[in-house]
Amino acid sequence: MNLPRSAGAVLAKELRIELRTRDLTHTVLFFVLMVAGLFSFAFSPTADESRRILPGLIWMAFFFAGTLMLQLCFVREQANDTLAALRLAPIDPFAILLGKLLANFLFLAAAEIVFVPVFSVFYNVSVLPVLGRLILVLFLGTFGLAVVGTVFSAMTAQARMRELLLPMLLLPVLAPVLIAGVEATGELLVPHPSLAREWVSMLAGFDVIFLTATWLLSGFLVEE
Amino acid sequence: MDIALTTSLGVEFDRVEKRFGALLALRKVTLRIAPGEFVALFGPNGSGKTTLLRMAALLVRPSAGRVTHLGAEGRGAGEIRGQIGLVGHKALVYDELTARENLGFFARLYGVSRPAERISRVLDAVGLRQRADDVAGVFSRGMRQRLAIARALITEPRLLLFDEPATGLDRQGRDWLDRTLDGLHDAGATVIVSTHDDSLAALAARSVHLDAGRVVRDTAASAVPLAPEARR
Repeated sequence: MNLPRSAGAVLAKELRIELRTRDLTHTVLFFVLMVAGLFSFAFSPTADESRRILPGLIWMAFFFAGTLMLQLCFVREQANDTLAALRLAPIDPFAILLGKLLANFLFLAAAEIVFVPVFSVFYNVSVLPVLGRLILVLFLGTFGLAVVGTVFSAMTAQARMRELLLPMLLLPVLAPVLIAGVEATGELLVPHPSLAREWVSMLAGFDVIFLTATWLLSGFLVEE
Repeated sequence: MDIALTTSLGVEFDRVEKRFGALLALRKVTLRIAPGEFVALFGPNGSGKTTLLRMAALLVRPSAGRVTHLGAEGRGAGEIRGQIGLVGHKALVYDELTARENLGFFARLYGVSRPAERISRVLDAVGLRQRADDVAGVFSRGMRQRLAIARALITEPRLLLFDEPATGLDRQGRDWLDRTLDGLHDAGATVIVSTHDDSLAALAARSVHLDAGRVVRDTAASAVPLAPEARR
């Protein structure tokens, strides 16, 4: 079976399970809403302060929401040993990872579609004038988060203390994405916004490198 | 069992060892299971039965020695795996999906031609047609086992591996399982079953006993009646 078809089958299965259970949706929606609300009420920032703290707040909220979501990605496959069933199928192991990382990307992107407007309202920062460029930055950063998160979720799924291990492993590896994402978002929220090409290039480069590494190492990642 | 299977696949373990950290789960196991055989694996908990089955399914790599699939020489691991049906301790199905959706998903992964027709036949064969649109999470142990067998059969496997399939089944479920295993063997598949259940020993033509990762007893291979397909 070719890669797009088998990855598509895994993606469709992930989406169907999530639409039926809404486990990830509820967890992420509740978490991000809490972060947006609590920080807004705790600091009551001015317009200038909002522009300075909002990029960091958005990316940290999505990072931790992502780790909550990614925990379940491969743990779900352990309940009934379905990973063994996937490994038995005559498909490229990369198809399993690709299907799952695309599903994680879509879940995170859906959360961002809901919560960027919420952050915008809570912190009184308009994102409409830079929406297209902001979507580009969020797309590249979220894709990087989904790729690395899916890989580390596969690696830690059978580890003890995996709930602690995953964020501890992800944070240093994703530091370039978080830094580039915060910087590029920050450049879009200043009074004279511009697209920070060097940070955007860094996000794109990160995505390409880690997706390629995932493809090359997929056999080892999904194996025993 | 109204499921036709193609020529069967055997498996040969040649001085196989498997180490999990400090634990040596298999110790120089040498065993040849010919295409079409029906073999029961016996042994106490921790004797290496599950590891041996998962190694036959190419899910676990040996630390030493070699595993060869007879009848699939020269083929890649991916292709061989596609011809193996595994029914494990767990059901290997998604609780959140219905029986039909589970089978549809695996049929798609295996590239089964005319999947709807195949799914209907397999559901009929395991007696789950009436519950095909219920999610697997609400199934009883016996029904989950039927679904697990249906999933293993969706691909027309040539080698069927069952890991303690009778665990948790009531008398009626065990009778059904005995008939199913017998039917699959008659249909031409190689069947290897790990079990503590003596009734399965009566079905199997050959018994292999494991203890502490070693084969301690293997009934005479020469007396093994082969399945019809393998006899041709």
